[in-house]
Amino acid sequence: MANYNPVTQEILAELEKAAPGHVVTGADVNPDYSRDEMPIYGTRMPDVTIDVQSTEEVSAIMKICYEHNIPVTTRGAGTGLVGGCTPVCGGVVLCTMRMNKILAYDLENFAVTVQPGVLLQQLADDALKHGCMYPPDPGEKMATLGGNVATNAGGMRAVKYGATRDYVRAMTVVLPNGDITRFGGTVSKTSSGYSLTNLMIGSEGTLGIITELTLKLIPAPQATVSLMAPFEDLEVCISAVPKFFMKHFRPQALEFFEKEILVSSEEYLGKQVFPRKIDGTDVGAYLLVTFDGDSMDELDPIVESASEMLVEEGALDVLVADTAPKLKDIWATRSSFLEGIEEQTKLLDECDVVVPVNKIASYVAYVNEIKQNYDFEVKYFGHAGDGNLHIYTCSTEMEEEEFKKQVDQFLSALYKKTVELGGQISGEHGIGYGKVHFLESAMGPVNMELMRGIKKVFDPKLILNPGKVCMDLTRKGE
Amino acid sequence: MNILVCVKQVPDTNEIKIDPVTNTLVRDGVPSIVNPFDGYALEAAARLRDDAPDTRIVVLSMGPKQAENALRECLAIAADNAYLVTDRIFGGSDTLATSYILSRAIAKVEELEGTKFDAIFCGKQAIDGDTAQVGPEIAEHLGYPQVTYALEVKSAEDGLHVYREAEDGKEVIGVQTPCLITFTKPSFDPRFPTIKRKMAARKAQITQLTAAELTNIDPEHAGLKGSPTKVKRTYVPPRKEAGVVVKEETTEASAHKLYELLSKAHVI
Repeated sequence: MANYNPVTQEILAELEKAAPGHVVTGADVNPDYSRDEMPIYGTRMPDVTIDVQSTEEVSAIMKICYEHNIPVTTRGAGTGLVGGCTPVCGGVVLCTMRMNKILAYDLENFAVTVQPGVLLQQLADDALKHGCMYPPDPGEKMATLGGNVATNAGGMRAVKYGATRDYVRAMTVVLPNGDITRFGGTVSKTSSGYSLTNLMIGSEGTLGIITELTLKLIPAPQATVSLMAPFEDLEVCISAVPKFFMKHFRPQALEFFEKEILVSSEEYLGKQVFPRKIDGTDVGAYLLVTFDGDSMDELDPIVESASEMLVEEGALDVLVADTAPKLKDIWATRSSFLEGIEEQTKLLDECDVVVPVNKIASYVAYVNEIKQNYDFEVKYFGHAGDGNLHIYTCSTEMEEEEFKKQVDQFLSALYKKTVELGGQISGEHGIGYGKVHFLESAMGPVNMELMRGIKKVFDPKLILNPGKVCMDLTRKGE
Repeated sequence: MNILVCVKQVPDTNEIKIDPVTNTLVRDGVPSIVNPFDGYALEAAARLRDDAPDTRIVVLSMGPKQAENALRECLAIAADNAYLVTDRIFGGSDTLATSYILSRAIAKVEELEGTKFDAIFCGKQAIDGDTAQVGPEIAEHLGYPQVTYALEVKSAEDGLHVYREAEDGKEVIGVQTPCLITFTKPSFDPRFPTIKRKMAARKAQITQLTAAELTNIDPEHAGLKGSPTKVKRTYVPPRKEAGVVVKEETTEASAHKLYELLSKAHVI
């Protein structure tokens, strides 16, 4: 493990000079800065927090920390799910939430430049006012765009539009030594050497600090229709998924979930939206599909034939949401699944594996088979359209130590199966701190060494977000 | 049982902006929706039909040709048939003229359907005008008993049992048919249309009733001519602050809490 220095009074004075009035230390540090949304992976109070305001300020801070060997962890809204912004070695936490301005639209090139602390919801709403859509749509709308880029967040619309990576054109980055550089450009393609932009995307704050982003937009679709297909059981529901692609439908979103998880979300929101019985038959699982396009006339025949296909595949019925209030209701319910689960459990762990779409059914069958061996409850839902499953372990009455032990075994088995089926251990949440010890077995030693090599080129003193992604603190020599 | 549901197409007020100069609603480019309270009335009718499948639900609207879209939405959700009262000479009607035209149109629809309606369901008010007058006025024109602020209706031997929103809780009121009931927001939303209904609604024939068909209407009582209301000024009412509900575990604790709040506010 790298040897870091403590933040002395002298260093503190230097930091105060670099970011006057924004440096917080000691008892004044907000405890929220000790964790993200998954405290199960451990919490640690930072020595210093700084709500940064500008690229230059970040650069000045990094120069000081680089010189004195102080660990630095960058965070946005702290909505991550893998302990990615937990300052596991203490030191300085840089929060980007105050850098929250949408700087400029370039509508000729369908691009927008933002500061990293702009919230996803903020950009989504603002872009619509300009007739544009920012396609990435993770469930957590209060996440920052900087965090979304750092984790290559995916979300519900990834099945048609891809993940955050596909919408980053350029970025300003502060390197660990304080150098300011710019990666990418407002161009629609590039073949100009290694893609440093793409290395930064999904690097979870371990390579550099993003202080400005130029993101790609698309013209906002003029019509949107969601179909809700209730099924008697999950197996039949999931089997219908690959048919969408075989029949060349291009849904904007394609989600599956069981009734249980829906009920906890509806209870959390205090509103029942989905029917739980169809013509006297209890619904066991649902598929939720969205189509978007330029007009309802364009969508009507698509919706009709997709519905026909769903009924042929065993849907009990197909219900249509094509008005603003109905669309809002069903997607608000879908977006609150995690909060619904959190509300009902003491301890929570999760994984977000991604498998080939045609392997979802067998993967889910495997989860159901092995969950019998454990004492915790397992709940899951997924972006069926891109094979990304969110699997939650909920502690019920278990003690923390026993829970963690069992979860570790359970997840090891799941990740092994993921790799066997040709999948990846994280679809969109990242590796952070919580999954760091699982990455090596999934990636293999050769790929891990490549990753560590890249890390060292960007961050030779290993001061940026230590203990994350490919730098396992428990590993000898780190 | 036969139920007629009156619906109005309104601008989606969630999307509405206020013109800062004239202080009136900007309606340009604002999407149209079925008035939400009318949607609750339709859902109440659909729930009656869930229990008694031979119930027939007919929807009636008055407005320009585009109001057909609102009627198609109702057909997709629950209605069996739809009628649109539309004629230039009905334009500019205030609540009195509107309720008069609708009450006469109801008679015409009954003639066309070959049956009398046991109940007329309306939303308590339209979200664009907020008068809450049309429903009760239709009842007066028809000479029907009326119940307002209904949440849900159940069929009973002696007519209908209406669960009505009251200041503190619910009232149940029994009403004989034929009657008129206006609905407020219950704890549930209108159901989702099924794809089958949606497709049928798209192709459905919607009967238009113009002044030529509605010969029972005296033109002197319709449109601008028949509207005694003169609009001097329109404005958006200020948004009311939410009240505070004191609900402690015991009545005594609630009283203490209330006392504390009132003293803090220097009211007592």
